[in-house]
Amino acid sequence: MSSPQGSKPDAQGYRHDLRGYLTGFGLAVVLTVIPFALVAMGDTLDRATVIAVVAGLGVVQLFVHLRYFLHVDFSREEREKVYLLAFSALLLFLMAAGTIWVLVNMNTRMMGMG
Amino acid sequence: MTTDFWRIVFGRLDLGALDFLTAFRDPTLNEIILSGAAWAVILGGLAAVAVLSRYRLWGPLWRNYLVSVDHKRIGIMYIVLAGIMLVRGVLEGVVMRGQQADGLGGGFLSANHYAQLFSTHGTIMIFFMAMPFLTGLINIVVPLQIGARDVSFPMLNSASLGLTVAGAALVMISLVVGAFSTGGWTAYPPYTDSLFQPGPGPDYWLWSVLLAGVGTTMTGINFVVTILRERAPGMTLMKMPMFTWTALCTAILMVFALPPVTVSTAMLLLDRYAGFHFFTNALGGNMMNYANLFWLFGHPEVYILILPAFGVYSEIVATYSGKRLYGYGSLVVATMSIAVLSFTVWLHHFFTMGQDADMNAAFGIATMLIGVPTGVKVYDWMATMYRGRVRMTVPMVYLVSFMVLFVLGGLSGIILANPSIDFQVHNTLFLVAHFHNMLIPGLLFGMLAGYTYWFPKLFGFRLNDRWGYISAWSWVAGFVLVFFPMYVVGLMGMTRRTVAYTNPAYQPWMILSAVGGVFVTVALASLFVQLYVSIRDRAFTRDIGGDPWDARTLEWATPSPVPAYNFAVIPHVHAREAFAVAKEAGLGYQAPPAYADIHLPGDTWMGVILAVFGTAFGFGMIWYMWWLAALSFAVMAVAFIGRALRGDRAGVIIPAAQVAAEHRAWLAAVGRLAPVTREHEQDGINHGVAAPETREVAA
Repeated sequence: MSSPQGSKPDAQGYRHDLRGYLTGFGLAVVLTVIPFALVAMGDTLDRATVIAVVAGLGVVQLFVHLRYFLHVDFSREEREKVYLLAFSALLLFLMAAGTIWVLVNMNTRMMGMG
Repeated sequence: MTTDFWRIVFGRLDLGALDFLTAFRDPTLNEIILSGAAWAVILGGLAAVAVLSRYRLWGPLWRNYLVSVDHKRIGIMYIVLAGIMLVRGVLEGVVMRGQQADGLGGGFLSANHYAQLFSTHGTIMIFFMAMPFLTGLINIVVPLQIGARDVSFPMLNSASLGLTVAGAALVMISLVVGAFSTGGWTAYPPYTDSLFQPGPGPDYWLWSVLLAGVGTTMTGINFVVTILRERAPGMTLMKMPMFTWTALCTAILMVFALPPVTVSTAMLLLDRYAGFHFFTNALGGNMMNYANLFWLFGHPEVYILILPAFGVYSEIVATYSGKRLYGYGSLVVATMSIAVLSFTVWLHHFFTMGQDADMNAAFGIATMLIGVPTGVKVYDWMATMYRGRVRMTVPMVYLVSFMVLFVLGGLSGIILANPSIDFQVHNTLFLVAHFHNMLIPGLLFGMLAGYTYWFPKLFGFRLNDRWGYISAWSWVAGFVLVFFPMYVVGLMGMTRRTVAYTNPAYQPWMILSAVGGVFVTVALASLFVQLYVSIRDRAFTRDIGGDPWDARTLEWATPSPVPAYNFAVIPHVHAREAFAVAKEAGLGYQAPPAYADIHLPGDTWMGVILAVFGTAFGFGMIWYMWWLAALSFAVMAVAFIGRALRGDRAGVIIPAAQVAAEHRAWLAAVGRLAPVTREHEQDGINHGVAAPETREVAA
């Protein structure tokens, strides 16, 4: 939708794009400040919660970037990009999860030697 | 003082590292072979320089090839590189066959020399023969098949080639200066860590693979974007020719599979250069993660190698059967399934490393699964041939041999996928036989078929058929003779990568295998004879119309040789086999209503800069000549970033009038030529215009 070369009149298109980028920037800043604040607060929250929240916000951040900066959405024209991203995510998941599986398994079987 | 100075200049390089001198100090057969190889590189290089100077070809070479960003020229350069490396790789293989035929209790090579041979043979064949060959074919064919003017990032394409050449150059330099790694093509630590091999050998391997790997990653990105963004109007994903589909999957695999090897290579470099302990046996290091990372790359790599060949086979089987490709949809699904499944099987390369049996079983099952989509493809090709008017041309000889041999190799793969059997035969020649059985029919035959098939498109004349048949059948016979005995001795327990053996029962099989080596040498020589004879007799095999095989996809709708801009007017695609449908309707050669100016990207020195300074950078790092490495790296960085900031200022505009004149002249020439029926396909009267006889076409 908010493609840089839209068919709308220039001024309107420009304002539309600007609004998109600024929204994205605002969200990205908020999503970055929260994790830093959580870590800076130190021991107020327990460690596991902080890690989970930071990781969760990281994933949200990912989608904000895709949506506002890379202009990927679920419209028909963008479908190829979505397929490609989903495919990439699948491959990365296979590689990361498989590596963790292999190495944890090896480590256990080496009885803590590794 | 002066010694310190020279140590800074030359690092750890000294006269003892110059291999071409060793035979004079110690004239044994082992050293003579070592020095002979070094002399071959030096004299080969000098001969090339002499020929280029004698025929005043430096200027044309520079203008038309080295600085060109034309995807076809870059593709040709990739394939020339692959050809040079193929010669070295095959000859090394033949020397190894000779050694093992004589290996009962000794042989003529030292263990160290033999270890270098199998390390360079594997490294060269995978990274510097197979990869450049398929990258070259993809470069040449994909933009033509999708109706594009060039790739999305032409300068990056040249840069990728430059880095690949730099990697290959380092491997060639290792023949002349110093010794190569003895750690195999996988370079497992601790064989390659600095305690076991402090010398430059593993560093040659690491820097070659690192440079080429970065180049290949960039190629992958380039072709994913090209195929998704540059297709001609009307060409939906499901209207893409099958070769383009396999190229897309290969490019995706390149993007995702190359980073693990780049990372593991960089980690091993840190171990060796900076005292890190990623893969050492002490201080928390563990080489198991190297095996994991390497095969995380290594298995998808197998499919990077094989998928483009599958694409070639899909194209030629339809063309030479005079019939549309059977089961296009199932071939697409099979290709995509292979792309995903290839990331789920890497553990089968280290079944014996010590993980628990459940894990082995899971990856064993995944490995057997990947045979299913491959089987689907074989059936699709057979069904395409079924009731077709099959012409047994040279590419079809490769295809049919491939189908028989590849299925046999696949079956031995299913055997190996069972972890309990793998425990028995791992690290034996059974495994060596298996993967050569996959890669020679599954990669080399496909590439040679593609080379024969698309050659006239690039150069405007066909390759000689007689020498093509001789070469094809010699490859088949040689392959069978070399590798089938290895299955036998592998099951008898003969381990791979051993210079000599003590069991006399192996020797008859190893002699048979060495006889196969003779056939392989004949096959390789025939390829070069074929090229020579074809160039000499090119007047008789001229391809003017551009469609010598009555082919079906868009690249055959252009003149041969293809002009720099590919298509006079970008075609609108309405059908899967666009050109076959157009010919069927009698609309194969239409003059468009209007022509437009064509913008082409400008030449760039980037490829040359990266090739020269990439080689110098690697050489500096390998021999600890830090000044050379730093200087070369700075030149590459400044050139690359500078070019990125400056943009392409050398773009070319070809005026519409010139395009129109060239296109009309070609159409007129096509009109004057007599259409040729398929009976005369290999005769002198075939000038590239096919008589209509296609009956069944894909809508």
